[in-house]
Amino acid sequence: MADTVADVHQHEAHGHGDHHHDQSWLEKYVFSTDHKIIGMQYMFTGMFMAVIGGYMAYVFRMQLAFPGISVPGFGQVSPGEYNALITNHGTIMIFWVAMPVLIAAFGNFLIPLMIGADDMVFPRINRLSFQIFFLSSIVLLVSLFVEGGGFGGAWTSYPPLSANGDYNQTQLGASLWLIAVALEFVAFLLGGINFITTLMNSRAPGMKAYDIPLVCWMIVIASILFMLSVGPLLAGAVMLLFDQTLGTGFYDPARGGDPILWQHLFWFFGHPEVYVVLLPAIGITVEVMATFARKKIFGYKMVLYTAVATGVLSFFVWAHHQFIAGIDPRMANVFTITTLLISVPIAEMLFVMIATLYGGSIRLTTPMLWALAFMAEFLIGGVTGIFLGASGADIYFHDTYFVLAHFHYTFFPIAIIGSFCAFTYWFPKMFGKMMNDTLGKIHFWGTVIPFNFIFIPLFVLGMGGQHRRIYNFQHFPQIAGPEYFQLREIATIALLVMLAFQLVFFYNIIMSWMRGEKAGKNPWKANTLEWTTESPAPHGNWPVDELPTVYRGPYEYGHPDREEDYWPQNLPG
Amino acid sequence: MLELVQASTYAASIDNLILFIGIIVGVWFLLAEGLFFWLIWKFRAKPGEKSQYLVGNEKHVKRWITIPHALVLVCDVFIVVGAVRVWYNVKQQLPEPDSVIRVTGQQWAWTFQHPGADNELDTSDDIFTVNDLHVEVEKTYHFKLESRDVLHSFSVPVFRLKQDAIPGRSITGWFEPTLTGEYDVQCAEICGIGHGVMAARIHIEDANTHAAWISSASAATTP
Ligand code: HEM
Ligand SMILES: [Cu+2]
Ligand SMILES: [Cu+2]
Repeated sequence: MADTVADVHQHEAHGHGDHHHDQSWLEKYVFSTDHKIIGMQYMFTGMFMAVIGGYMAYVFRMQLAFPGISVPGFGQVSPGEYNALITNHGTIMIFWVAMPVLIAAFGNFLIPLMIGADDMVFPRINRLSFQIFFLSSIVLLVSLFVEGGGFGGAWTSYPPLSANGDYNQTQLGASLWLIAVALEFVAFLLGGINFITTLMNSRAPGMKAYDIPLVCWMIVIASILFMLSVGPLLAGAVMLLFDQTLGTGFYDPARGGDPILWQHLFWFFGHPEVYVVLLPAIGITVEVMATFARKKIFGYKMVLYTAVATGVLSFFVWAHHQFIAGIDPRMANVFTITTLLISVPIAEMLFVMIATLYGGSIRLTTPMLWALAFMAEFLIGGVTGIFLGASGADIYFHDTYFVLAHFHYTFFPIAIIGSFCAFTYWFPKMFGKMMNDTLGKIHFWGTVIPFNFIFIPLFVLGMGGQHRRIYNFQHFPQIAGPEYFQLREIATIALLVMLAFQLVFFYNIIMSWMRGEKAGKNPWKANTLEWTTESPAPHGNWPVDELPTVYRGPYEYGHPDREEDYWPQNLPG
Repeated sequence: MLELVQASTYAASIDNLILFIGIIVGVWFLLAEGLFFWLIWKFRAKPGEKSQYLVGNEKHVKRWITIPHALVLVCDVFIVVGAVRVWYNVKQQLPEPDSVIRVTGQQWAWTFQHPGADNELDTSDDIFTVNDLHVEVEKTYHFKLESRDVLHSFSVPVFRLKQDAIPGRSITGWFEPTLTGEYDVQCAEICGIGHGVMAARIHIEDANTHAAWISSASAATTP
């Protein structure tokens, strides 16, 4: 931390000479060690990748609804291209959108500001983390254009298909894809070290464990889950890379290897990964709901403990992805039990959040709409997961569009609704301007309504027996009828509508950023520390002698002893 | 909305399990969403009214969490029992077979090895077909599922049956068709660029038709 104070002085020293100006712009925005700038870098990289992931969804949804057409902006979709599109759509949305935006962008931006620190503990590691992440994004994008095309073996990358160029026919694309994912993991390991250490060491005087805003806890718990689960997969990824490039046989049964090993390593990481992105989104929703319901969280500790319980349990459920993959059928019973058990803490967490509304004074601002939509939609994702955790039912549903619709009902609320929620709520702090609320609401309804029209038809198709990762359903007479195609068309048209409404969002950011009303320090009358400094916060977050001290928890809204309905954490008395 | 054929002895049990879970989670879902929207409406901001200050550890308030908590657990037990019973029947036990077939996945076709007239697999009169599986209705089959290259998955939606095929292993499963007709077999595990065309058909025939198919197919393959 002494580090960052020194940085402040350096900037002052450099800032004067005009010939240094170019360099200091680079220093300030490109090679910055300021956690807020790094957060923005993650955010805008993530947004850019989301646009690419969305474009891919547009291309393959067009192909599915209108097989064989020349998709405007892409052209005809070949089977190999189709596979590459869905693989990289899934990979991008999870590793290059959900993770960077929810964990890295908001973790970086929020943790120091919300705990009253001037920066992360290791600002240079933080910068390195983003640089590696940026490199990984480039590697991934390059992999789409190399000879043979992008990798098309699904985001789960099961060997032997992924391990052998003879099978996947994208030798180079597959290796670059794997390297990109491994680099991304390294970036998040570095970032995670920072989040955990900073939360432990840099809290404002007076901030005890239960005074920490829940979103900070959630991001840190998520980072811990990530660290504990990713190790085996990184080792597995190296073995897969060796199989691909050196011709080893770790996953090749002909040479004593075992393809199922990869599935265990992948899902031992992959299931906790779901909670790695879920918890920050829950944390964001909690902050926003408390602020706009003007309510203390109903059971702060309960949210925290259920998050930890969910995290721990999430290490014991991975094989529910492998019920029918050839594991010992008796194991399915064990994993059915653990999987259903996880519904207990998750349900409890959601109950606590719903109960928070009781007795509130609810204002439906744009961020609040996003928070409420997260709850309403995520519930659908949650309850449909029960079908898949129940081994007997999963025999039918596994790898159908029912699964697909289920996990989009979890991931879309997490990655898209959760990010919009956070973005609209903290925009004033990030840019010092208010966002236009009317445009915000138009964008909200224009996203959430079409979202349901995309994925409810896909549930129905899944129940009808339609499988995933198939580029043209005309080859299967039972699911090629007009009633099936109608459902596919509804989903695709809803997607087009949803994508069109995203223009409102980008227009709103630009207009609000240029001409928006000045935000002031605390436009939402919220309690947490980030609202006690200027908007946007200066380098170092607070003037050195004004770093805040904490006197109470983050959710003291509607306190009977006070005239005002909020009570900032830093006010004495 | 979409017509769903049940063509195996266990298809109905899987559908009933799905329905059973659907009712349980459906009730929870409606209650939770109902309560949620009611609270949003009931506690909307009204001018001059301040929000209430509730700490959440009052006993009568806590009940709202502890009771649902217990109820969720009870529902979970019922669902686990239902799921495991179905699972046991479909995947864990093997009834005595009337016939054994071999199903082999490869990039990008299904090869089916039928036992032929002697009803013994791996004898000289076995009938091999590509992408057409012939079985007799109301007979219990074991299938031996194998793969020549990458993972595939043998999925027969009308049976509600699905099983991954793994190179280097032979996985045995079973089914008993209950309806005659011709239905889709899909590959349910991505297996390369031809995954989307790895479509086969299953022909479920009555005893006479099946016997006739065996003799015509044997005649076609024997020199
Ligand atoms: C923008 C709206 C979205 C649409 C319309 C959409 C649509 C789809 C569709 C139709 C597939 C299946 C393709 C196939 O199996 O043939 C798919 C796959 C997938 N999507 Fe999305 N998606 C969207 C957003 C997201 C988001 C936000 C995430 C995650 C954060 C996500 C994660 C995935 C994953 C992991 C897969 C699986 C890829 C694979 O099979 O390897 N999607 N998406
Ligand atoms: Cu899982
Ligand atoms: Cu396949």
